[in-house]
Amino acid sequence: MTVGIVVFPGSNCDRDVAWALEGVLGLPTRFLWHEEDDLEGLGAVVLPGGFSYGDYLRCGAIARFAPILEAVRRFAEGGGPVLGICNGFQVLTEMGLLPGALTRNSDLHFLCEPAALQVSPGPCRWLRDYGADEAIVLPIAHGEGRYQADRATLHHLEDQGCVVLRYRDNPNGSVGDVAGLCNPEGNVLGLMPHPERACDPLLGGVDGRRLLATALG
Amino acid sequence: MPLFHARVLVSLRPSVLDPAGEATRAAAGRLGIEGVRRLRIGKAVDLEIEAPDAGSARQRLELLSDRLLANPVIEDWTLDLQQAAGSQEG
Repeated sequence: MTVGIVVFPGSNCDRDVAWALEGVLGLPTRFLWHEEDDLEGLGAVVLPGGFSYGDYLRCGAIARFAPILEAVRRFAEGGGPVLGICNGFQVLTEMGLLPGALTRNSDLHFLCEPAALQVSPGPCRWLRDYGADEAIVLPIAHGEGRYQADRATLHHLEDQGCVVLRYRDNPNGSVGDVAGLCNPEGNVLGLMPHPERACDPLLGGVDGRRLLATALG
Repeated sequence: MPLFHARVLVSLRPSVLDPAGEATRAAAGRLGIEGVRRLRIGKAVDLEIEAPDAGSARQRLELLSDRLLANPVIEDWTLDLQQAAGSQEG
């Protein structure tokens, strides 16, 4: 399976994702410049972390209008697996593929640290090999990761099993301890932690390798 | 084509925490300014737009505000629209 990695002006984790997928999992990848609109031959798409278009206006707000994202929307609506990491998660919410929004961390700090997470796989294809309430650790690196949704939206997400990753020790003030969400169909996952930075023991952990391998391996 | 000046004020919805506003409010106290009970930070977007008439300008700006300038999940917006001095309708 070839995995497409979207590259916006300001993306800075695109090569990390390629390294994790190619170097660790042995999967071919293809970079997709934001002005492209062809996903032919791709088995999955990753929206990587970074600061797309400088995160002007709001994180992910300008990226939403990139030509590549119309193709990604059709791909996702057709059931194709899509993974949004950090800024990619912010883009998915701005696009409306996932509900809610990511806002400034409650303590205003940019947080760059390991985060203990609880997995509740629900319908998520990216987490289908995990048992309920498994504990994993992935690094976070964000200033605007506080998940925000109104009470009704959060309850609806929880009822559908779409809150698939929760912080065990909420670092940023996210409602419902939300660290990652999937759509009800389970093919779209957005998460603030960085699985691609946890694929090699030299980097302090390999919990990200399993997450990436589950849907892509 | 008539020219209109517009200002869109984007503010966080009341239910959304504004940590930057709270930090600024605390700094006001350290400056010695007492009594600031509430401080919320938003954005002001100043625009100039050409449109056949005020109704058309308003319609476009409402769409722009809803779809781009504000994220309705977390933000509200208000629009102030005025025809530029010396700009003629029609």
